[in-house]
Amino acid sequence: MSTTLERPTRPSLLARLENPKAVIGLVLLMWLPLTLYVMAPRLLGSLHDVVLLPAIPATLLLYTLAVRAFRGSTVAVIGLSLVFFWLLMAVSAPYLPLIDPNRPIAPFTPPLTEARDHFFWLGTDMRGRDLLSRAIWGCQRVLVWGVTATTVAYVIGTTFGLVAGYFAGWWDEVISFASNVLLSFPVMVLFIVILTYLGPSGLNIIVAVTVASAPAIMRIVRGLTLDIKTRDYVFAAQTRGEHPIYVMLIELLPNVRGPIIVDACLRLGYTTVAITTLTFLGLGLQPPDPDWGLMIREAARSAMLWQFSYMLLVPALAVSSLILGFNLMADGLRELSLRD
Amino acid sequence: MTTPILECENLAISYFTRAGEIPAVIDFNLEVMPGEAVGLVGESGCGKSTVALAIMRYLGRNGRIVGGAIRFKGEDLVTASEERLRQLRGGEIAMVYQEPMASLNPALTIGRQLVEVPLHHETIDEAGARARAEAMLERVRLPDAKRLMAAYPHQLSGGQQQRVGIAMALLSNPSLLLLDEPTTALDVTVEAGIVDLIREISTEFGTSLLYISHNLGLILETCQRLTVMYSGEAVEVGSVAQVFDAMRHPYTRGLFNSIPLPGADKNARPLMPIRGQLPLPHERPDGCNFAPRCDYFQAGTCDHGTIAMAAVAGDEGHYSRCRRFAEIDWEAAAPKRKEAAAAPLGRKVLEVAALKKYYRLQDRSLMALLRGREARFVKANEKIDFDACEAETVAIVGESGCGKSTLAKVLMGLEQATSGQALLDNQDIANLPVQQRDQAMVGYLQMVFQNPFDTLNPSHTVGAQIARVVRKFGVAKDKAEIEARVLELLDTVKLPRDFYHRLPRQLSGGQKQRVGIARAFAGEPKVVVADEPVSALDVSVQAAVTQLLMDIQREHRTTLLVISHDLSLVRYLADRVVVMYLGHVVEQGATQDVFSPPYHPYTEALLSAVPIADTRIKKKRIVLEGDLPSALNPPSGCPFQTRCPRKLGRICETEAPPWREFPGGHGIACHIAPEDLAEMEPVIAQA
Repeated sequence: MSTTLERPTRPSLLARLENPKAVIGLVLLMWLPLTLYVMAPRLLGSLHDVVLLPAIPATLLLYTLAVRAFRGSTVAVIGLSLVFFWLLMAVSAPYLPLIDPNRPIAPFTPPLTEARDHFFWLGTDMRGRDLLSRAIWGCQRVLVWGVTATTVAYVIGTTFGLVAGYFAGWWDEVISFASNVLLSFPVMVLFIVILTYLGPSGLNIIVAVTVASAPAIMRIVRGLTLDIKTRDYVFAAQTRGEHPIYVMLIELLPNVRGPIIVDACLRLGYTTVAITTLTFLGLGLQPPDPDWGLMIREAARSAMLWQFSYMLLVPALAVSSLILGFNLMADGLRELSLRD
Repeated sequence: MTTPILECENLAISYFTRAGEIPAVIDFNLEVMPGEAVGLVGESGCGKSTVALAIMRYLGRNGRIVGGAIRFKGEDLVTASEERLRQLRGGEIAMVYQEPMASLNPALTIGRQLVEVPLHHETIDEAGARARAEAMLERVRLPDAKRLMAAYPHQLSGGQQQRVGIAMALLSNPSLLLLDEPTTALDVTVEAGIVDLIREISTEFGTSLLYISHNLGLILETCQRLTVMYSGEAVEVGSVAQVFDAMRHPYTRGLFNSIPLPGADKNARPLMPIRGQLPLPHERPDGCNFAPRCDYFQAGTCDHGTIAMAAVAGDEGHYSRCRRFAEIDWEAAAPKRKEAAAAPLGRKVLEVAALKKYYRLQDRSLMALLRGREARFVKANEKIDFDACEAETVAIVGESGCGKSTLAKVLMGLEQATSGQALLDNQDIANLPVQQRDQAMVGYLQMVFQNPFDTLNPSHTVGAQIARVVRKFGVAKDKAEIEARVLELLDTVKLPRDFYHRLPRQLSGGQKQRVGIARAFAGEPKVVVADEPVSALDVSVQAAVTQLLMDIQREHRTTLLVISHDLSLVRYLADRVVVMYLGHVVEQGATQDVFSPPYHPYTEALLSAVPIADTRIKKKRIVLEGDLPSALNPPSGCPFQTRCPRKLGRICETEAPPWREFPGGHGIACHIAPEDLAEMEPVIAQA
């Protein structure tokens, strides 16, 4: 039963921001600088040092909006908090009083100890670099490459899914066949093959993630499209002679978005795992810049000794918390979507 | 005095949600005596299904009985233990659900599912249970029980599935059978068979029935007593004769005024819809719940306190929840004759001649292509002929699978005809796909859809969706002009202007259908195809939407092509009727000619199957045997020969029937000689 309760209109800032345009604006304000900062730092030139400053309030505002929107589900709020914690760390890393993550100071310093005039909350690794600083800086690359790769996979998967579902027939036959071929490879094998062939780099990670995820996304979208295209409103659009592209973008796409958003949260988690694993295997992003996968890789040898296990635990916990955040968000969203 | 089988006393049921407590049922009383069939009537949202679920104690996690008692043979069900409930459910109380396909497990055979019932409730061995199940299938008039036992639900037709559902409910010899809209999902001729069966159950098995329906005609045919529910309360209780002929509650009166009875005619006796809509549970007014929609509302009398059921003086067993029922002049409340001139018909707008549509049923896969398999054809439309004039309403009548939707698709240009013509203003559109039609022509021919919940895109606002059509058909150009036109259209369909910014989920079914109508009329069409425009709506809303459609049509002199299976509505609305069966036109003519003899045997059966909510009407009962044949493999000769009760013999199987003309443009496709057809008795007679 749907009940629409009229809320008294308070023209507060938050209320005014609760419309799609403002939210998209905020997301861009947060995301574009971060992406440029991580992917193409040279392009920014002298702006490099200040470009992330406006992203900090944007992230905080988005977090508040998100919590307001999903306050009905505790699970979703916990997930959001975890994800936004790392987002905030990513955009504010340059302005936090952190030690340079690449500067070797005092090797093998355990957590909560002081060495060479520096206090190390989480200790240092075998080269003497601050783990706290590296963990915080490291989330930038995982987040940016992970989200970008997932987005690209979604754009491609959704496009093919809409075409296969809406046109059916031969289109469907060809697209589904191709996706079945790709789906028949184990994901990790596919990743490794693509990255060894193309060489390790951020862009190639995007290619690999797209090739591995787009078929599954295409299947979801195709299934939803097959169902939705039989609705009368699609029929109505057809009877007024709308172009197929209009029907797909305006009539179909907005109505497949619900399940897709939930799936996207889950898939962000998988992609994070994949990227971290690839970096761990040496197939992803390259040293020396901090990255969780790299940190685990480098710590793997030293952490054989129990007393140095913190080197492994710090990046491992960081990865887990982010993935947990994505998964809880997906659960919460699904719970909320089932409720109404 | 015997104890009633079922007794609900001051029952109150609430659902608990995030938004708080939603009182679904506030005060409900009901008694079902042994062997009695009691009807429960009300529109969607009035709480009738909640009552049924409460009796089964199936309210789910967030539903709770917050007051009153439900007694089954004197035993309190509200406090009964889970263990006791398990014994009662399916054993003593059984339920038949609305969707037969959804209530049977698709993964198990019919036999498996039936055998479970006696095995669970009695000490009986497998073989005994099988024998019982087979016997029961035969008792619900399902031939070939042995074969059915091994079949899966999807191999059965809807009517057969519902019979299986009823058989399952009856297997353990329950004392009470709850039927929740058991025929709503079925075609009328199939429904007639199920209704016959339900009537036999109470006499043959002595089972008490609680029949839940929104259809007053069905209640008349199956029940002895009924309770009318409105907004969580029983508003009127009485025997069928009392409630149908001497109703004492304004809501019941309103319901009867808004259904098209055989006497109703759009020009002479228009329908009188109930204004407004059902209040939401947390917005119920103080005093009488029906007050805001009631014509007899009196400030000071109806708007305070709780109104109790009161006995109608001199009429035993008849109760009404109205403070003013003694003062109201009930004779005057009956719908009055209001003469409105019938709109004069104009020139011919649409001419369909020998239209044929076959679907190639082809395995489109690569494998089939490589094997070079032969294509088969679904014969959806076979030689359709009819025409429609300006300002005329032509109804196309038939049950599901008769090809009426295919016809609509061809006209709209979504499918191309296999052969034949469809002339729209002398231009053949039968083979003109919608993309090749020019803008004016697309706007010229528009459509109103059946399902209000499907007709609007849930992601866009009402205004945006109508504006798109206005822009598309070039009725208005700049932004302000388009918006003005949309607001004007909202006025035309009698919706408030602030609906412009609403999303479809904030609208009720009737309101959505009005938006659908506004959208169809946005391009100033000449011909509107309405596919079952009101069948998914509640009775009181149906009348309003029907009325609206007719008003707009009269104003714009639009040709209306109504596709419907509801013969009462068709009789009320249409000027001419085309009856279709399995892709053939079997009869057509002016409405009064089609509805009176001579009939085509199929029309005769259809007419007799329609439930009519009028105790004075006497109907001849004709129940068709069997199911609709497949359009993939239609019968030879006459398409209706496999089910025809008046079949002549060999000739019907071998030769296509001739088209017999009667005076007034009335035609019937039948082998029966015209003299014999003319001697048929009318199916519906005023007693």
